[in-house]
Amino acid sequence: MQYSEIMVRYGELSTKGKNRNAFIGRLTGNVTKALHEFPQLTIRPKRDRLHIELNGEDSDAVMARLRLVFGIQNFSASVAVPKDMAQVHDVALQLMNETAPQGSSYKVATHRSDHTFELDTNGMNLNLGDFLTEARPDLVVKMKHPDVTLRVEVRREAIYLSTLTELGAGGLPVGTAGKGVLMLSGGIDSPVAGYYALKRGVDIEMVHFFSPPYTSQNALAKAKQLTAKLAPYVGSIHFIEVPFTEIQETVKAGVPEGYLMTIQRRFMLRLTEAIAKQRGALAIFNGESVGQVASQTLESMVAINDVTTMPIIRPVATMDKNEIIKVAEDIDTFDLSIMPFEDCCTIFAPPRPKTKPNLDKTRYYESKLDVTGLVERALAGIKQSDIRASDEFMNQEQDLIAELL
Amino acid sequence: MIYFDNSATTKALPAVLDTYRKVSEDFFGNPSSLHALGDHAYQLLEGARSQIAELIHAQPSEIYFTSGGSEGDNWIIKGTAIEKRPFGKHLITTAVEHPAVINTMKQLEGLGFEVTYLPVDHRGFINIADLQAAIRPDTILVSIMAVNNEIGAMQPIQAAARVLDDYPTIHFHVDAVQAIGKGLLPALRDPRIDFITFSGHKFHGPRGTGFIYAKTGRHFAPLITGGGQESNLRSGTENVPAIAAMAKALRLLLANEPAAVANQQAIRRRIYDHVSKLPNVTMFSQLTPDFAPHILCFAIAGVRGETIVHAFEVEQIYISTTSACSSKKGTESSTLAAMHVDSNIATSAIRVSLDEYNTLAEADQFNAAFDRIYAKFQKLMPTAS
Repeated sequence: MQYSEIMVRYGELSTKGKNRNAFIGRLTGNVTKALHEFPQLTIRPKRDRLHIELNGEDSDAVMARLRLVFGIQNFSASVAVPKDMAQVHDVALQLMNETAPQGSSYKVATHRSDHTFELDTNGMNLNLGDFLTEARPDLVVKMKHPDVTLRVEVRREAIYLSTLTELGAGGLPVGTAGKGVLMLSGGIDSPVAGYYALKRGVDIEMVHFFSPPYTSQNALAKAKQLTAKLAPYVGSIHFIEVPFTEIQETVKAGVPEGYLMTIQRRFMLRLTEAIAKQRGALAIFNGESVGQVASQTLESMVAINDVTTMPIIRPVATMDKNEIIKVAEDIDTFDLSIMPFEDCCTIFAPPRPKTKPNLDKTRYYESKLDVTGLVERALAGIKQSDIRASDEFMNQEQDLIAELL
Repeated sequence: MIYFDNSATTKALPAVLDTYRKVSEDFFGNPSSLHALGDHAYQLLEGARSQIAELIHAQPSEIYFTSGGSEGDNWIIKGTAIEKRPFGKHLITTAVEHPAVINTMKQLEGLGFEVTYLPVDHRGFINIADLQAAIRPDTILVSIMAVNNEIGAMQPIQAAARVLDDYPTIHFHVDAVQAIGKGLLPALRDPRIDFITFSGHKFHGPRGTGFIYAKTGRHFAPLITGGGQESNLRSGTENVPAIAAMAKALRLLLANEPAAVANQQAIRRRIYDHVSKLPNVTMFSQLTPDFAPHILCFAIAGVRGETIVHAFEVEQIYISTTSACSSKKGTESSTLAAMHVDSNIATSAIRVSLDEYNTLAEADQFNAAFDRIYAKFQKLMPTAS
C-alpha cells in the first residue's frame, strides 16, 4: 500500500500544561532532524498530533526512523483518499486485506474535522461497517480491543484511512529537559547511560578522553561510532574529544600506584565539569554502576565526586551487568562496545587500584601536581564535532566495498 | 562461438573479474591482521558473506566459504560422519549423485560406514518411498542433489524434506551446484534442509570458490584445521578476491532470475522440439516441470557422444558428452547407467547446458548445425524401421 502520510501522536508531553508549545516545537525539530534523509517530506505540527506528508518517500524507512524519536506515543501510516465514498471503500478494503487476517475483529473509528462532508461521524462508521460486512464477511465487529482499528479522518482536503498504529519510543522529546554531558568511554555501560538520559529528554553531548599514542585511532573511532548509534534518537550529537595523555603520564609519574586511578578520574571529572559549563550543560551523566569496578565503589565515588558540586547522574548505577548488556543489545551498541581497542582507562590501569581510597590521602597526593596547568592544557586541546546517525567511523571502506560487491 | 557447456563451467563475467583484480590490489591484507589493511579485508570478507546470506535468505553465520562444490560435498558428508559417528554409521544418498558425493561415500564405506544408494526410475528420479524405507535408527545423513548434472532431473527434495520432518536428528544435505540461478531457491530454502553446497564457477564466479549453507545449530566437523578461520571450521587464509568476486557474481545471477530462467527454458524448448523429431534421437531430458531449465541431454543412436562433440566443435559450438568429469575418462554416464539406459545408447549421449546469456538465435544456429551433423553421420545410424 502506498501511504500518503504518517500521523504522530504525542506522548507524555500532553500533560505538560503551558510548556506544551515548547515541547511540540522541540519534538517537531527532533523529528525533522531524524528524517533529514528524506527531502520530500512535509512536516506539519498541530496541537495534538504531527502530520508527516510522505510525498512519495518510503513509509517503511520513515517509520523505522520515527520508532527512535523520544516523546512519541504512537504513530500510524495513512492513505489520503479523495472525498468519494467509492474510492474510500476501495482503499479501506485494500488496507483491511493487508492487515486483517481471516476472522479478525475490527472497528471503524471516524474523526471528522470537515463538518461539511455529507456523512457525519456515525454515518461514516455505519457506512464503512456495512461495506466491510459485505466485502469481508469473515470479519467480526468488536468495539472493545479489536484486532484491527480502521481509523478514518475526514479533513477538508481529503479523507485519511489507516489500520496500522505503532507504539513510539515514549519518553520526553530530547532537549526538553535541558542539556547534560555524558562521559563516554567506549565500554558497554556509558552508551546505555546516554540512552536513558536521552529518553528523559536530556540533550547530551559526549565527552571522550583519549591518550595517543597509548590509545589507537580505532578507540577514538569506536567512541564516535557509538555516538552515531545514539544519534538517531536526537538527530545529531555533539562530540568532544579531550586529550588525556599528559595528565595520565604526569599522574603515573607522581602518584603512588594505588591512587593512580582515583586521581585520574578526578581529573576527568574536573575537565568534564569545565566543558559542561562552557557548553551550558547542567549535569554530568556517566555509566557508573555501584560496585562494578574499583572506581565505582561508594568510597571511590566519594573520593572522585569530591572535585565538583555539579549533579552527577548515573542512570545505570543500580543495574546488574546483565541488565545493562540487555539494553546495550537492544540499542545495538553492544557489538561495538566489546570491540577490543585499548581505551585510556585500561592503558594506565594499575594492577591493584584502591577500592576504598581515602579522601584525605587522595587530596594530599594530588596537591603535589600542577592541577590547574594540566586541566588548562587539556582543555586547550579539545576537538569538537557533530555526529549524525549516518556517519561512519569504523568502516570507512563501506562505500568502496559496496561497489566491489 | 556458441558456448553450450555451462554445466561444466561458466565464463567469468568482466564485472566479476574487475572485482577480483581490484580486491587483489587494494584489499590484499590478511583479514586476520590487526592493522587497517587487515581490517579492510575483513570488512570486505564479511560484507561478501552478508550479501550472499541475504541473497539466499540465510544468516551470515550460516555461510562458510570453500574452494568449490567438491569441497563443499566432501566437507558436509565427512564432517557429518566424523561429528555424528557416535550416533550411527549409516548414510543415504542417490545412485545419480555427482562423483564428489558418490566417491566420498565410497571412501567412508572403506572406513566402516554403510551407505544406501537410492535407485532411480527410467526418467532419473528417486522414489520417495525408497527413502522412507532406507531410513534406519543409525542413519546420520541424507544427501540428495537438487538438479542432476547430466540430465537435469530435479530430485524431489521437498518431498524428501517432509519425510525427514519425522527424523529431526538426521542431517539433510542438498548438492545445489547445478540449481542456483535456476528458479529453485524457494525449494532449496525448505526449513528442513540443513546443508547446501554451492560452487562459484558454475555461476560466472572465479574457479576455486564456493560456499556452503549450514543451518544454525547443526554441528559438523572441520576437514581443514589450522588457524581457525571460518568460525574455526575451515582454516586457511581466506581467498578474499575470489570470495568478493563470487559474491558479486551471485548478486548479478539472481538480479534478474525469473527472466533468465524463462529465456533458458525457451532455448531448451526450441532445441528439444527440433532434435526430438528426428527418428534416431533419444531424449533423456524432458520438458516437464521436474527438469531444470538449462540442461538438455540426448543421444543419436549409433554415433558416439565424443564424435558429436567434436563435430559441433568444428562448427564452433561447444557442448559435452554427459558430465565433464566423466567425459575425458571415456566412461559411460553414471546417471544414464543408473536409469538402466542400454550402454550402446548411453555412450552416444551428449549434453547441452545453458546460461542466462545464451540466446534463441544461438539455438537456431545449433539446430542448423545439428541437421548438418545428423545428415553427415546418417550412415552410422540404425536403419529406420
